[in-house]
Amino acid sequence: MTPVFLLDGEAIPFTPGQTIMAAARAAGRYIPHLCWHPDFRPHGSCRLCTVKAGEHFAAACTLVAREGMSVESRTAELDDKRRTLLQMLFVEGNHFCPSCEKSGACKLQASAYELKMMSPHFDHFFPDRPVDASHPDLLLDFNRCILCELCVSASRDVDGKNVFAISGRGIKTHLIVNSLSGQLADTDMSLTDHAAGVCPVGVILKKRRGFAVPIGERRYDKLPISAEEEASPPTRLPNAGPPPPRGGPSEAT
Amino acid sequence: MSPNRHSMQTPIAPWQAEVVADILERYRKDATRLVQVLREIGEALGELPGKVLAKVGEELKLPYARVAGVAGFYHFLELGERARYRVLWSDNIIEHMQGSVALCEEMCRQLWIEPGRVSEDGLVSVGVTSCIGMGDQGPALLVNGRPVTRMTRERVGAMVEAIRAGAPAESWPQEWFAVDDNIRRRDLLLDHPLKPGAALAAALARGPAAMLEEIRTAKLRGRGGAGFSTGEKWLSCRDAPGNARYVVCNADEGEPGTFKDRVLLTRYADMVFEGMSIAGFCIGARQGLLYLRGEYRYLLESLDAGLSRRRAAGLLGCDILGVAGFHFDIEIHAGVGAYVCGEESALIESLEGSRGVPRSRPPFPVTHGYLGAPTTVNNVETLAAACLIAENGGNRYAAVGSGISTGTKLISVSGDCARPGIYEYPFGVSVAQVLTDAGASGTQAVQVSGPSGICVAPDEFGRRLAFEDLPSAGAFMVFGAGRDMFEVARNFAHFFAHESCGFCTPCRVGTSLVSKLMDKIGAGQGSPYDINELFKLHRLMQSTAHCGLGHSACNAVVDTLNKFRPAFEKRLHSLEYEPAFDLDQALSQARQMTGRDDAGAHLGNEQ
Repeated sequence: MTPVFLLDGEAIPFTPGQTIMAAARAAGRYIPHLCWHPDFRPHGSCRLCTVKAGEHFAAACTLVAREGMSVESRTAELDDKRRTLLQMLFVEGNHFCPSCEKSGACKLQASAYELKMMSPHFDHFFPDRPVDASHPDLLLDFNRCILCELCVSASRDVDGKNVFAISGRGIKTHLIVNSLSGQLADTDMSLTDHAAGVCPVGVILKKRRGFAVPIGERRYDKLPISAEEEASPPTRLPNAGPPPPRGGPSEAT
Repeated sequence: MSPNRHSMQTPIAPWQAEVVADILERYRKDATRLVQVLREIGEALGELPGKVLAKVGEELKLPYARVAGVAGFYHFLELGERARYRVLWSDNIIEHMQGSVALCEEMCRQLWIEPGRVSEDGLVSVGVTSCIGMGDQGPALLVNGRPVTRMTRERVGAMVEAIRAGAPAESWPQEWFAVDDNIRRRDLLLDHPLKPGAALAAALARGPAAMLEEIRTAKLRGRGGAGFSTGEKWLSCRDAPGNARYVVCNADEGEPGTFKDRVLLTRYADMVFEGMSIAGFCIGARQGLLYLRGEYRYLLESLDAGLSRRRAAGLLGCDILGVAGFHFDIEIHAGVGAYVCGEESALIESLEGSRGVPRSRPPFPVTHGYLGAPTTVNNVETLAAACLIAENGGNRYAAVGSGISTGTKLISVSGDCARPGIYEYPFGVSVAQVLTDAGASGTQAVQVSGPSGICVAPDEFGRRLAFEDLPSAGAFMVFGAGRDMFEVARNFAHFFAHESCGFCTPCRVGTSLVSKLMDKIGAGQGSPYDINELFKLHRLMQSTAHCGLGHSACNAVVDTLNKFRPAFEKRLHSLEYEPAFDLDQALSQARQMTGRDDAGAHLGNEQ
């Protein structure tokens, strides 16, 4: 018999070694998340998927499912925490949704709607993060980076290029690109890279593609992110190997 | 993985290339040694320019961005140009109480520089750094990585002169660099007359399984704060599947107010090495790694010399003490300024040449540690204690202490007391007893186990230092009657904001938010609303952060709030909400530009 755990009271089947997140998504259930992606090993940095198993809090993307486990996810307590985490991400960067090309297709924005975030609550940090428009086909707007590292993984694991990496520490942690000049144009990034399309927010943008889909008709304009994700179970890249069921932030050498 | 094509063409000065090549050769171009390579290059060149990072990347077959990302993580691997003299004042609250802030300002004033900036001529920079482990002899600072203790106004003046004269730091008066052990109370461990090899020989005579059993009988628990059973850790590591196994000594003593490992590594290094060898013998490891915190870099040469002596004496190497098949050696890695590397999985990341970001656990290091192999990570003091157990047996060790917490504990006492220094007590000693012995009177509070520990008020001075009551990694910071406990909490809040690794949202942003809230309250702009915010952030970080640093980052603030509320409340601007945005302050730039400072150029000063 397939083992199951309970997610907000609903039985979710899982395969041994599978995480709460992977099993929930495979079963068509949504747990709020930003840095998790079916193609890559779990990262566990955004903490939006924090769930409660018994008395313990844990990230659903790294917590391995066990038979009979009872996991709380969409409770008022946890959604409160998620809303605060989102507010932290909003004030940490510079997010101006009305003028962002990603509006309507942005996971950060969609998650904020999902969790009914009505204000940024905290004082804005207003960091100084210049954009990088050096590349002929791609624009990098670091103001919106949430440090999910999906581009780091995609470029390293799928494209085999290592275009992106993380530098700095603490609140000064930031995304960098693989060139001495610090400019994307001086890397081997190309428009067709998997990394070019993996950003859940509006950092990596394809040039000359503005408003190809009108605002109001974009992915999360039509349905809230929970309904949208539940309607479309995750599909994985055909060439992506099986990601290890759990891992850490350890960078591949 | 292809290194970047553009870095291939970067030129690098011939003498620099030679230095870099030499260092890379010594580390056998091993990419897992990246942190050591960068540390040594930085020391040798006096800077870490981008083109050198690119060269390192090429040689180690790592992308440039990865090398730059690692270098950008560590405080002491400053990128770009470095000053000839880099002065970093220890910024712990204890040094503040000793007058470090005024002395640092005085030094900047005399040198005509702004804190944190390199002087125009590239001669000198003066800044602050997290506690450097000299709280018993502060104010203290690091000059190009070497500690200078007992700073005074006179010493500041003399140092400024030496810097201006361009005298190499090596030629400065030796007494400036004197570091005292300040051992005030000895017990089981510090009284132990270790003959190098004696404890190891005793362990070899017992055999690996029996030796491990003695550790379990002794009920030895980790001395780094968490208090995990050492015997169980070694057992799990020994039994985990894998070919290679590793012993890691965690000498990244970064918890502000702690300096006991400094003294153990200075005076009792043989016991530490021997404890590592015993651990290696028990679990079947051939390799030991000692991760020395960057602030103790000055001990590296003497520690290396100690290892050489042990190799010459047949206590390290192959067939140790004639036991066929027992091979064990130790290598030292020096850290480069990152408190978070005291967390065992972050430490392992750093040992592997990565950014010191804690791993998701499980799996734990005992099964998947250094290079993915079973690894036991133990504190310096824990390993030293293993020698006592090897020589005298587990029962004798377990007879000392409180029963549940066996053996002794080294306490680093600093702050408002007559005799700061190292005190060794059997577990179970009361806070009051330590205060009496250290010559502290009228004590208002004691911060036990550093900023992530517990703040103890006078009505709790009967509590005992033991795993079952007040667990401690060893810090014991004493605050006298006149001290402002709000400033203590604010200092700790800044510490965590500075030392957060930045990986997870709650800790990266939360520690900065807490730090800002404390500054807001400190500036007299706070309200009860802000205090509630502190509690809310504490609960969020405790439940959602990725590692222990984030979980405990607000402990001190919340503890102080609960026990010393008036220290906060007397600073509150009003009992209503106050915005952090100061309208009048926002006009200051306009005032500066227009040269005006009259009443009409100010807003809202009527209250």
